[in-house]
Amino acid sequence: MTTPQAAGGGWWGTEEVCVRFGAALALDHVSFRAEPGRVSAVVGGDGAGRTTLLRCLAGALAPASGLVRRPAPLATGYLSAGSGTYPDLTVDENLAFRATAYRVPAGTARERSAELLARAGLDRVRNRLAGQLSGGMRQKLGVIAAMLHRPDLLVLDEPTTGVDPVSRSDLWWLIARAAAGGAAVVLATSYLDEAERAHGVLVLDAGIELASGTPGHIVAAMPGTLTAAGERPVGEAGRRAWRRAGGWRVWHPGPNGNGAAVRPDLQDAVTVAILARELARVPAGQEAR
Amino acid sequence: MTELPAQAAAVTRTFGHFVAVDQVDLEVRPGEVVGLLGANGAGKTTLIRLLLGLLRPSGGEIRLFGEPPSRRTRRRIGYVPQGLGLYEDLTTAENLAFSAAVYGEGAAAASLPAPLVPYGRTVVGSLPLGIQRTAAFTAALAHNPDLLVLDEPTSGVDPLARARLWETVAGAAAAGAGVLVTTHYMDEAGECDRLVIMAAGRVVARGTARDITGDARVTVVEPGSWAAAFGALEAAGLPVALVGRTLRVPGAAPDAVRRALGDLPAAVTTARATLEERFFELTLSSAQTEARP
Repeated sequence: MTTPQAAGGGWWGTEEVCVRFGAALALDHVSFRAEPGRVSAVVGGDGAGRTTLLRCLAGALAPASGLVRRPAPLATGYLSAGSGTYPDLTVDENLAFRATAYRVPAGTARERSAELLARAGLDRVRNRLAGQLSGGMRQKLGVIAAMLHRPDLLVLDEPTTGVDPVSRSDLWWLIARAAAGGAAVVLATSYLDEAERAHGVLVLDAGIELASGTPGHIVAAMPGTLTAAGERPVGEAGRRAWRRAGGWRVWHPGPNGNGAAVRPDLQDAVTVAILARELARVPAGQEAR
Repeated sequence: MTELPAQAAAVTRTFGHFVAVDQVDLEVRPGEVVGLLGANGAGKTTLIRLLLGLLRPSGGEIRLFGEPPSRRTRRRIGYVPQGLGLYEDLTTAENLAFSAAVYGEGAAAASLPAPLVPYGRTVVGSLPLGIQRTAAFTAALAHNPDLLVLDEPTSGVDPLARARLWETVAGAAAAGAGVLVTTHYMDEAGECDRLVIMAAGRVVARGTARDITGDARVTVVEPGSWAAAFGALEAAGLPVALVGRTLRVPGAAPDAVRRALGDLPAAVTTARATLEERFFELTLSSAQTEARP
């Protein structure tokens, strides 16, 4: 069941949430916590279930079972994937409209808009139609629109995908700003270097929770060991190898491993989690490669 | 002497008064992966269009395999654009057959690799993004190109899928192709033999990631309360970035940061700048030069 409620106990999130689309289980007993004043990242590839989880948190989708703890709609901010702005309105009009919808007094909205637009480098395009903004600018406008009413829970679906590093840095400033102001910020991303900057991380794959915790916790909990190699090992070990930084990483489920041991980072740990699941699903000799 | 897959010499391209690409020199050698980095509007896409022969330079010279771009040189290039460039209402098999026919290759070149076999008869528009990406790579590589041009090839995929796409790219390079790839993801710079960073139409840095970051350092703050420290640094107008519970302040000396923090308890140190942080510095200083009258 889904209930708008106060953050008693100090968190928003889900407990054992399942979402079905027809016969397919899009989320399979997923539990996730977003705490006030913290940035939480939901990571995974295409089809992992990130958008479905974020839609549940934003109240846009009711789960088949499980519990969603979220604030009242007016205390939630949501940027959906790939949109979140009105293309036929100018930048200023987008924010004025959003302020009205979220009952922010006009004067307050103008003040906050001016400050956030200036900091995000959008002050020179305030009269431009949102549809004519570059991808990075449009995403920045979408995040500002979602946080303008200072929500308790800010849900951002892939705010930085396909965005250049300079806009990405502006977006992260906005995200940090919202969290510094006390919001619980949840963002979906496919960039592990971004997840590494978050306070908490949930790794999803095909609707299943692969790992969760702080980035340090996920790295420390990675099973087995990693070694570096100049090329893909022959035989069975080759299935446990992937390219990284111009060379190869090889995962050993057990403690041993010939070759130079590598200290994993979050990207390695997440890759191992996805790989281990794939290896368990596809028996040796039947892989499609 | 081996012919260079791609070479730009002092190439400039203007649109009206706007200089999109300004005196750019670039080489892609056989077997080499060159990463082209830059913010939006830096001129990367225009440069790629010039190299593909889709645009003519306003000044300077482009040579592909030692000659000006032409239909003949086009046949030796494999290109994966940002939007993947597939026909969404054709099946995977039809897309690959069409692409092979365009390059004058027979049906053998259009045979499906194992990962695509289950999707051969499905229209591409209804397939998951990862499968579409594999199809786009297969189409671009089927005619064994000598130059591979990839525009943000890994946007939005999980790390294992990303590693497998890079394996394909490295395989093409090992077979002798020159590769030019753009990315917004600095971790992937490690897959490139050389990097070229563009800002405001010009090349502002080139070399390995290590060459480019050099000795650049950033100030790192480990505060008692990150939110309070963030507010103080922000109020002082410093470019502060949140990384977990620490704050990184590129382009500001530790003393300036300590002053801005006032009485707030925090450990202030410095650390080696990341490639991304060095990239901002280069991009911002280029923007400031640009803004001067």
